Amino acid sequence: MTELQHTVRSYDDELKFLTHKIAEMGGHAERMVEQAVAAMVNSDNALAQRVISDDLILDAGQREIDEKAITIIGKRQPMAIDLREVIGTIRISSDLERIGDLGKNIAKRVVAVTDTRQTLSVYRGLQTIAELALTQLKDVLDAYATRSVQQVNIVRERDDEIDALYTSLFRELLTYMMEDPRNISACTHLLFCAKNIERIGDHATNIAETVYYIVTGSQLPAERPKEDQTHTIIVDETTES
Amino acid sequence: MNLMTERNLEKAVNDKMSAQPNAIKMQGKDVTVHYGDKQALFGVSLDVPEKMVTALIGPSGCGKSTFLRSLNRMNDTIEGCKIGGKITLDDEDIYNPKIDVVELRARVGMVFQKPNPFPKSIFENVAYGPRIHGLAKGRHELDEIVEKSLRRASLFDEVKDRLHEAGTGLSGGQQQRLCIARAIAVSPEVILMDEPCSALDPIATAKVEELIDELRENYTIVIVTHSMQQAARVSQRTAMFHLGNLVEVGDTEMMFTSPTEKRTQDYITGRFG
Repeated sequence: MTELQHTVRSYDDELKFLTHKIAEMGGHAERMVEQAVAAMVNSDNALAQRVISDDLILDAGQREIDEKAITIIGKRQPMAIDLREVIGTIRISSDLERIGDLGKNIAKRVVAVTDTRQTLSVYRGLQTIAELALTQLKDVLDAYATRSVQQVNIVRERDDEIDALYTSLFRELLTYMMEDPRNISACTHLLFCAKNIERIGDHATNIAETVYYIVTGSQLPAERPKEDQTHTIIVDETTES
Repeated sequence: MNLMTERNLEKAVNDKMSAQPNAIKMQGKDVTVHYGDKQALFGVSLDVPEKMVTALIGPSGCGKSTFLRSLNRMNDTIEGCKIGGKITLDDEDIYNPKIDVVELRARVGMVFQKPNPFPKSIFENVAYGPRIHGLAKGRHELDEIVEKSLRRASLFDEVKDRLHEAGTGLSGGQQQRLCIARAIAVSPEVILMDEPCSALDPIATAKVEELIDELRENYTIVIVTHSMQQAARVSQRTAMFHLGNLVEVGDTEMMFTSPTEKRTQDYITGRFG
């Protein structure tokens, strides 16, 4: 995308600031999620604490973007691509801020899960889904940076994989709980972690849709087949024996 | 203020709901305009839908005012001006030699950039047109036309006690609304506005914009404006001109959020030259 410069140079600078800030927030959110999962898998309480305190940076980033975006709207009355760009950054920064919250929430559970140290296999599923969510996040941030509609579609379609993985992880954790009730507390925490990661995938999809809107000016169709089946899963008595 | 917004909203919803597109009131087909050796318009074809506001935008010298002025043959008054192509009003060629230009300009009225009231009383400013066109049978009917026109231009309440004072004594915004009342007085079908708010302050501008919104219930309006925001606010269709060509025409909402043409986008976002 090669846009001409604005006649008013400082307008370009203001828009560029928003783009840079999103990239910065995106990198930060990625790191938080990565570290939160690592802290969980390695029972690293110190790292978990760092993730928790790092969330403030994302919150501040979002507030800064909101303020700057509102100033631009008031001062410049952006039109067309500029308007979509400004509205887009407001939306994306709010998604990134939520991703940070979800990462923080995972980090908060590290202590509880560590207390009842689980076998490694329990974490494997969590790691897999986290890797996928992080790939989504990375790709969608690339899509934003390069304004690539193609990349957007890839991200959007891949969200199904996360949903499917989440459903299978849900079943797996349920099985561990049925095997040994002493697993219940840790597995419940891990279930929330898995849910958080699945939600991170959803936010990545939201960002993908926003990028699509920024680039094309039209909205992607709302319906997307959902693979998350966990709302229908019940404990089947027959599998217990 | 709330009432105004609600009414606008209702109107906007109705506009969206009505599946029937508005009939074409005026139509330009392959219109070319030369001023002496210089060509100002290069084959512009544009439909003006009935009872809608069509905004013409584009940088200075793009031909938007030239096109506007062709719609009621104001260009005829310019020495060396040559017009080609075809412009119709209700499917009737307005450049047909049989057309009475005075009558045409009564049907297609015009409001200019700078308010230009006659150096006469407020009453006379509005009464002049109906009188020369013989639209009123007597003094009583003339009074009625003047009051109705001033009311439609949202000016009556402000001037009712001084109808016989000079029109030039009004504020800029009031003068512009007086000129609109004067244009309305001869019951035109189309009103052309050439940057009607460029000499007005924001409050007077808002009043004129509100007036434009009301007027489109009864009139077809074509407005030339340099303010993107104004075009976005008052019009339903927007046509973008550049270097004497029509670049793009479409629903105003679409034009200002996602125009198809790069030149439109560059212009409305302030990336031009």
